[in-house]
Amino acid sequence: METLITILIGVFVTIGTYLLLSKNVIRIIIGSSILTHAAHLLIITMPGLKTGGVPFITDGGGGEFVDPLPQALILTSIVINFAVTALILVLAFRAYKTLGTDNLAEMRGPKYD
Amino acid sequence: MGTLNVIVLIPFIAAMFVPLFYRFYRKGFKIHIGFLPLLVALSLFIYLLTYIPSIANGETFLHTVSWIPTYGIEFSAYLDGLSLIFALLITGIGTLVIFYSIYYLSDNEQLGHFYTYLMMFMGAMLGVVLSDNLIVLYVYWELTSITSFLLIAFWYQRKRSREGAQKSLLITMSGGFGMLIGFLMIFAMTGSMSVREIIQIMPDMTDHILFVPAILLILLGAFTKSAQFPFHIWLPDAMEAPTPVSAYLHSATMVKAGIYLVGRFTPVFGGEGVWFWLVTGVGIFTLFWGSFQAVKQTDLKALLAFSTVSQLGMIMSMFGMGSVALHHGYTTESVFYTQAVFAALFHLVNHSTFKGALFMAVGIVDHQVGTRDLRRLGGLATLMPITFTISLIGSFSMAGLPPFNGFLSKEMFFQAAVDITKFGLFHVDTLGNLIPIIAWLASVFTFVYSIIIVFQTFLGPYREERLETPAKESPFGMLVSPLILVTLVVAIFFFPNVLGEHILRPAMASVFPTIASEADLGVTIAHWHGLNPALWMTIGVIVFGALLYKFYKSWRWIYAITPDNWSFNALYDFTLSRGVKVSRKITNTYMTGDLRHYLLYIFVFFFLLVAGSFVMLGAYDFTISDNAAISPFEWILAMTMLIAAISVLFAKSRLTAIIINSFLGYGVAVFFVLFRAPDLALTQTIVETVTTVLFLAAYYFLPEMKPENDSRKTKITKLAISVAVGATVTSVALASQNNRLFERVSTYFENSLELAGGRNIVNTILSDFRGFDTMLEVVVLLIGGIGVYAIIKLKAGKRGEQLEDQ
Amino acid sequence: MKINNVILRTASRFVVFIILTLALYLFFAGHNNPGGGFIAGLVLSSAFVLMYLVNDMETVQKAIPLDFRRIAALGAFLAVGTGFGGLIFGAPFLTQVFGHFHLPFFGTVELTTVTIFEAGVTLTVVGVVITIILSISEDV
Repeated sequence: METLITILIGVFVTIGTYLLLSKNVIRIIIGSSILTHAAHLLIITMPGLKTGGVPFITDGGGGEFVDPLPQALILTSIVINFAVTALILVLAFRAYKTLGTDNLAEMRGPKYD
Repeated sequence: MGTLNVIVLIPFIAAMFVPLFYRFYRKGFKIHIGFLPLLVALSLFIYLLTYIPSIANGETFLHTVSWIPTYGIEFSAYLDGLSLIFALLITGIGTLVIFYSIYYLSDNEQLGHFYTYLMMFMGAMLGVVLSDNLIVLYVYWELTSITSFLLIAFWYQRKRSREGAQKSLLITMSGGFGMLIGFLMIFAMTGSMSVREIIQIMPDMTDHILFVPAILLILLGAFTKSAQFPFHIWLPDAMEAPTPVSAYLHSATMVKAGIYLVGRFTPVFGGEGVWFWLVTGVGIFTLFWGSFQAVKQTDLKALLAFSTVSQLGMIMSMFGMGSVALHHGYTTESVFYTQAVFAALFHLVNHSTFKGALFMAVGIVDHQVGTRDLRRLGGLATLMPITFTISLIGSFSMAGLPPFNGFLSKEMFFQAAVDITKFGLFHVDTLGNLIPIIAWLASVFTFVYSIIIVFQTFLGPYREERLETPAKESPFGMLVSPLILVTLVVAIFFFPNVLGEHILRPAMASVFPTIASEADLGVTIAHWHGLNPALWMTIGVIVFGALLYKFYKSWRWIYAITPDNWSFNALYDFTLSRGVKVSRKITNTYMTGDLRHYLLYIFVFFFLLVAGSFVMLGAYDFTISDNAAISPFEWILAMTMLIAAISVLFAKSRLTAIIINSFLGYGVAVFFVLFRAPDLALTQTIVETVTTVLFLAAYYFLPEMKPENDSRKTKITKLAISVAVGATVTSVALASQNNRLFERVSTYFENSLELAGGRNIVNTILSDFRGFDTMLEVVVLLIGGIGVYAIIKLKAGKRGEQLEDQ
Repeated sequence: MKINNVILRTASRFVVFIILTLALYLFFAGHNNPGGGFIAGLVLSSAFVLMYLVNDMETVQKAIPLDFRRIAALGAFLAVGTGFGGLIFGAPFLTQVFGHFHLPFFGTVELTTVTIFEAGVTLTVVGVVITIILSISEDV
């Protein structure tokens, strides 16, 4: 299972990287979103998968949990990622309204041509 | 938290409240906004006064609050004689300056900004003199530079203000940075960040390889801050600040921080030849250079700036002379040399009184007639008699004439300069003979420019046509503060020992802790020493000074000898413009403005670093034996997501891309369910939903995606980079799963029920164990929200173009 | 963005309340069961988003006259502010306390200061999410 997920992560990273290198803003945002998914899966895979039960303490006690720490890390990351996605989305939107293009190469303006 | 820590905090808290009160004030509240800071400064001053009796009895106070205990960094507020002098100056002069500023600044200025910065400065300055910890001292030290920058650029519409602010910031900050490195060297030598402990340890470290570099770097900080030659060039330019700021920061307090630092480190480094020659040599030359340059100035404030440079040099040099006393430790001969430091401390106080008064008087003249150009001024004595009296007392005290306090400290300075030539070490017997000569020469020039201030402004013909507005005496409110200061100038002359016994003597104990424990270092200040060399020197100064003033026109050509483009100012301008040009050139080669290039650097660097070290270390280790079993459902899910992810690349329309992206997000949520993470699954689902809504809302406005139209070569490069990055991540992840180098830390969190009273371990980690992270995360989220709001709502204004670029 | 959809409108009246209840449950369940401040905040904001989607913006703003930017700021203030609570009692920054109390009606209840912290988190999340979505949709 871990190996399968790791390979999936690898594919996600490859695709995310490829999309990040695009010129179109929407593609870039989706690329970063996919990279985030990859990172989340990576963090949760690291300590091993399905090694125990859900990390809640029950009165009966006993039983192994899966590692709770990666989950806490990912939870934080999800929320931050949401803020970041919203920010770049709005940035793209505003840039389009002001500059009239969603193409990064065109956004640079004539100075670099 | 001790009261002393609170003293430092109070001005900062006041700075937070000033903008609030300013809104009321703007809406027509009756009481002037300046009275809030005034009240703060005054109460701090009065509170500090209550420490005088205990400090005079030799007590010291220490309050410590831990900050980063692991590295020995603590907010330790330490009050001893030396700190007390400075703290009293900061709050006392601060009170007077704020009172003065209430009348000086018009209501149209941004008073909220002004008093906020001023309060921040006061807090930072108190922090500098009350901190025992080096790192904390450094932080406050730089904070004074920053607030000084903000205050110099208070009239930021003027180009000269901005340039002056930049210059002062660049010079004092570079010095401060050097000082930080010096502090770290001290830490490396002694293993302590506390000045009190360092004083104990350092005498054994004089042979350490870092000893001399540490001295050089710390003095660099002190010299840049205290505007010593050749770093003095920022101070005249800082005069673009409003006059209350010049009176407060650039004559009475901030520029004396360097002197404080030298005083504080005298017990650490004192008695060393390097320390003596650097402090005394630089000080005495600055004394001469500043006074020499001051004479030729035509702007009253520039004249005062050079005079401040010169006086600071004088105080600095006396600290240097006094430091030799530590060379032998306690002997009767050592006590003899400590008197120079006593004179330095005495002059420090005196300088603050008369220079503060002079700055305020110049401010009044500027405020009343609209100019401070000496060539336009003249004959104001009868029209502004009180201002004239203030200036007269201030100038004569600065020139070293009786019956003003400057006479006493100047005499002691001459005495110390003559005495130091008798010291047998550090080649003082040869080269040291220059010290009294330069000191005397500089004092002649001091006398000349002091006379210029009085005579050319207030005597001579009154020419109203050259003034902006006809001269008349200023409102009484503006005169109060300088009047209090000149009263002190006279009072200190008649009762110098009140000051000497209660404030200066305990400060001597801080500078010479080893000697003070053996002997009483208090000096009885006498008005009449008999016909000793010092008195003859003073008489000589008056005679030669008067002659030089009389025949100024016939020796003015001296100033034309060195052309302007050979000055340190020209060097500074050249370095700055050249630095900007060169760095722009270098930066432009790699900062192309193309996001893809930047990402390329990041990815290539990542690939080389990680994959390179991965291969070099032979870390590859891959087994599937420990893997969890895969159910058919999981196979299907993983494969579907794989296909979906790949198909994003080929999505023609943005809607397809967005939907596939959402699908991936929900897929990840399902994985979270499978991997026993219900919290994550819940959050991921909802976030994915909200994100999709967000995407669709933006979709409403954004144009349809166009095909990339990359050339074949670009496509292959992109593909190669992505595959390389993906392969690196996969192989490193696979290898690290099979190499556990550390025990997992989560076992601690699994006691969450006892430790935090929660059964949901993930939730207790977030809100109890690592609450700090979550708190900052909330703040990040808020910043993100503000960012989004600002980006959408902001309509770019043209405010930046209103700046005047003369 | 006005959508005239009768079924959605009618359904949303109930659904919004279900979502709100769920948010409340998640908020209080958080310490012992799945849930917590973040999730509650997100669910709560999705309820608002639904309301904005179904009714038009002016109607909702009239019904709920809240400035969500202020709510976000208030939330961050609460979250940071609880940190100082510990300092007053001489404990490190962000120390949280919990205890068990007997209350009429509820029996033994565990009360903890984390709840205030979590409330801050929830308010920030709601404030920020709604602010973001409203800013985008308002700016046509």
